[in-house]
Amino acid sequence: MSARAGVDTVGHGGVQRSEIRGPIDCDVHPTITSTRVLAPYLSDFWRDSLVERGIDSLDSISYPSDAPITARPDWRNHTDEVEQLCTQVLDRWDSQGAILNCLYGVQLVFNEDMAVAFARAVNDWIAREWLDRDSRLRASIVVPLQNVEHAVDEIERCASDRRFVQILVLASGEMPLGRRNFWPVYAAAQRHGLPIGIHAGSAYRHPVTSIGWPSYYVEDYASQSQAFQSQVASLICEGVFAKFSELKVVLLESGVTWLPGFLWRLSKFWRGLRPEVPWVDRSPLEIVRDHVRLTIQPLDAPDDPDTVRRIIDHMRSDDMLLYASDYPHWQFDGDRNMPPGIPTDLVRKIQVDNPLATYQRLNEDAP
Amino acid sequence: MARHVVATTKEIPLGGRKLVEVAGRPVVVFNLDGEFFALLDRCPHKGGSLCAGTQTGLVESSGPGEYHYSRRGEIIRCPWHAWEFDIRTGKSRCDPRRMKVRTFPASVAPGAELLQAPPAATTFAVTVEGEYVLIEA
Amino acid sequence: MNVAAKPSLDHVMPQSTEAGPVDCDIHTRVRSIEDLKPYLSAHWWHYLKTYGMRARHGFAKAPPFPKAAPNAARRDAWPPDGGFPATNLEFLRTQHLDAYGISFGIMNPLVATGQGDQNDDLSAALATATNDWQLDTFVTPEPRLRASVVVPYEDGAASAAEIRRRAGDHRYAHVLMMSRTAEPAGKRRYWPIYEAAAEAGLPIGIHVFGYSGWAGSSSGWPSFYIEEMTDHAVSCQSLVTSLVMEGVFERYPNLKVVLIESGFAWMPALGWRLDRVWARMRDEVPHVRQPPSAYLKKHFWISTQPMEEPERPEHLLDVVDWMGADRLMFASDYPHWDFDDPRFALPASLGPERRQAILSGNARALYRLG
Repeated sequence: MSARAGVDTVGHGGVQRSEIRGPIDCDVHPTITSTRVLAPYLSDFWRDSLVERGIDSLDSISYPSDAPITARPDWRNHTDEVEQLCTQVLDRWDSQGAILNCLYGVQLVFNEDMAVAFARAVNDWIAREWLDRDSRLRASIVVPLQNVEHAVDEIERCASDRRFVQILVLASGEMPLGRRNFWPVYAAAQRHGLPIGIHAGSAYRHPVTSIGWPSYYVEDYASQSQAFQSQVASLICEGVFAKFSELKVVLLESGVTWLPGFLWRLSKFWRGLRPEVPWVDRSPLEIVRDHVRLTIQPLDAPDDPDTVRRIIDHMRSDDMLLYASDYPHWQFDGDRNMPPGIPTDLVRKIQVDNPLATYQRLNEDAP
Repeated sequence: MARHVVATTKEIPLGGRKLVEVAGRPVVVFNLDGEFFALLDRCPHKGGSLCAGTQTGLVESSGPGEYHYSRRGEIIRCPWHAWEFDIRTGKSRCDPRRMKVRTFPASVAPGAELLQAPPAATTFAVTVEGEYVLIEA
Repeated sequence: MNVAAKPSLDHVMPQSTEAGPVDCDIHTRVRSIEDLKPYLSAHWWHYLKTYGMRARHGFAKAPPFPKAAPNAARRDAWPPDGGFPATNLEFLRTQHLDAYGISFGIMNPLVATGQGDQNDDLSAALATATNDWQLDTFVTPEPRLRASVVVPYEDGAASAAEIRRRAGDHRYAHVLMMSRTAEPAGKRRYWPIYEAAAEAGLPIGIHVFGYSGWAGSSSGWPSFYIEEMTDHAVSCQSLVTSLVMEGVFERYPNLKVVLIESGFAWMPALGWRLDRVWARMRDEVPHVRQPPSAYLKKHFWISTQPMEEPERPEHLLDVVDWMGADRLMFASDYPHWDFDDPRFALPASLGPERRQAILSGNARALYRLG
């Protein structure tokens, strides 16, 4: 990507300021309309099972297909989704690259063997039908967290394809992501220079709130930013960043404005409760600034620039936000791909520098 | 700086503490293994009385799941919000560079010596046989 | 320790019910379950002694996560009689009410109240007993204290009956629920509570904790108490969302909700997020007529403790600006370990007017305190 974009790189994120072409879109979503799409990438057994057992859909309720948030009206209809993404999103805003995060419901599957089969199929489908078609595209490895060994195997299988730049998990799963059970995944991530991307969504092993199942989809979607709060607390308190000092975690479609207040609370409690988690040897505020990144759609701020400026100031870091369109999700209209009020001097950081600093593999030439 | 006699050593046994007033300020004096340490009895966070806190050890970690527990009794946790302070240095465990409770030099002197060169202030009747804790403040 | 700890009484605040702070969260409790015996039927006393209380988690005599200190209490709050913190009225007066010149204190009992018990009928019996006990033990001898109407909230009808039993008695400040209900708080099973409270003119106080029966996060159980403490603010965001999106405030336009010990810095961000998703998908919730943040600004109050402490104190002022200083009410959380002192808890930069409103004026107006 660096060569295409005319960017000279000096280690991680040490980017020369000349000849930058355009933003790197850190969160776009390819849509799988039916399990039939994956059939060519499944083994004979699972391909026949699709038919014999009527496995037609793994769509998640996280994004009901006709819900407004799920697709912008002008991004709803297409004959070729790859082409739509490339022309209407990448060309439109002159993006030098985009990271595909496939949200197909593989992580919801209860049978871990089936989960592996479909995760592999999804990753192969992405490589063949997306990455091969446009050299600006990169992707996250969908992993079957139902079984950590399988997840690591899938990372190992995909990581040699340098176009996979991240590992993708959901904001809510079977247990909190900091738990040591998951650490082989983080070891593999660090080994291969892959951030862990946590995307809004749930495996629905638990209600989306800790007080049970809400009535409405708007509550499910709103609750996603709460799931991220629990996960960030878990990753920090369990010591994931103490153990994996190079690991980066990217919160995708998490919302942003909840972060400062959440960290004030967590960091205050840490000062009194540190002995419970003695491996947390510095303030969670500092840990997050070093290890956690967030995509900017949605920002969850008002349109008023002064408020946005103050919110950004509360984060006390210019390194944390990553540009994303969240295609095809409907976060904004027209060409307002940057939330109003982002300070001008931050735009380049958010669009180019921070993504390149976060994703090691974006600094490599396309294979 | 003046030396103040604040206690007899017998009053503050090993592991014990005593709240005293020195030049109008509350000071808590600890006895760690026979060495005396004096801290202002006001938490730099929100003013809790450290004397009312829990004396505990220092738990450190070389990594998740590792608990290295040492220096039992040398850490005071404020009764409000449970912040930890090192009794020997006054430094906060979480923010040792910026958050520190004021310390005062403490020493022990025999009564015979004090009677020869009396300190500035004492509320104690010093006797020749006694042994005393002094604070410089 | 060879020296008994004494509460520091320097900087004593003026003892005046006019000027003194209103403390919106004091955790008086029973010395033991025996204190409730006079208020329970023979059946329930037998039941309690035989089967005990069973919260929606596994530990019979302990919380799921060990606290920062025994009974989550300040070390210096154990009274000289050897009982539990906040059981001895004389010591409570000396150490807290008099020391800080507290003009009114609202009691939110958390222990042995039966709230969230698996047995709804036991919950109801214990709630009624707790409400009588609060008056006899604390409010009658100490009129600065106000009681809560503890309700067996998983049973809407029984809760409404308890509220109506207490309606009009000004010794009760609000109706008390816990934040971690078995279903989101806006669900209709809880509406009888809101109806009765609105009818009685009592705010609903929702204190963090309780055990919903669901995991502490949407990804299951965390490992540590520090996570549980942060997750409480998270669960409060869910409950606020639920109350708004279910249309509770359209149905009960006079309903007032006080969130207690949840922190407040999350409130503006939640409002912004809810406004966005509502604007995008209001066809799903046509009964929600206004932007969610409008309900937040009109129907919710939040207690201050534990005060958020940003690295830069001025950031907290932004939050106060965004939510409105009229939404905040001081609370100490006495006698718990993360107690906030009314002298030092609020940032000085708030200025005298907002400071006074948060320390006392807002609560006086909401609770109609004399």
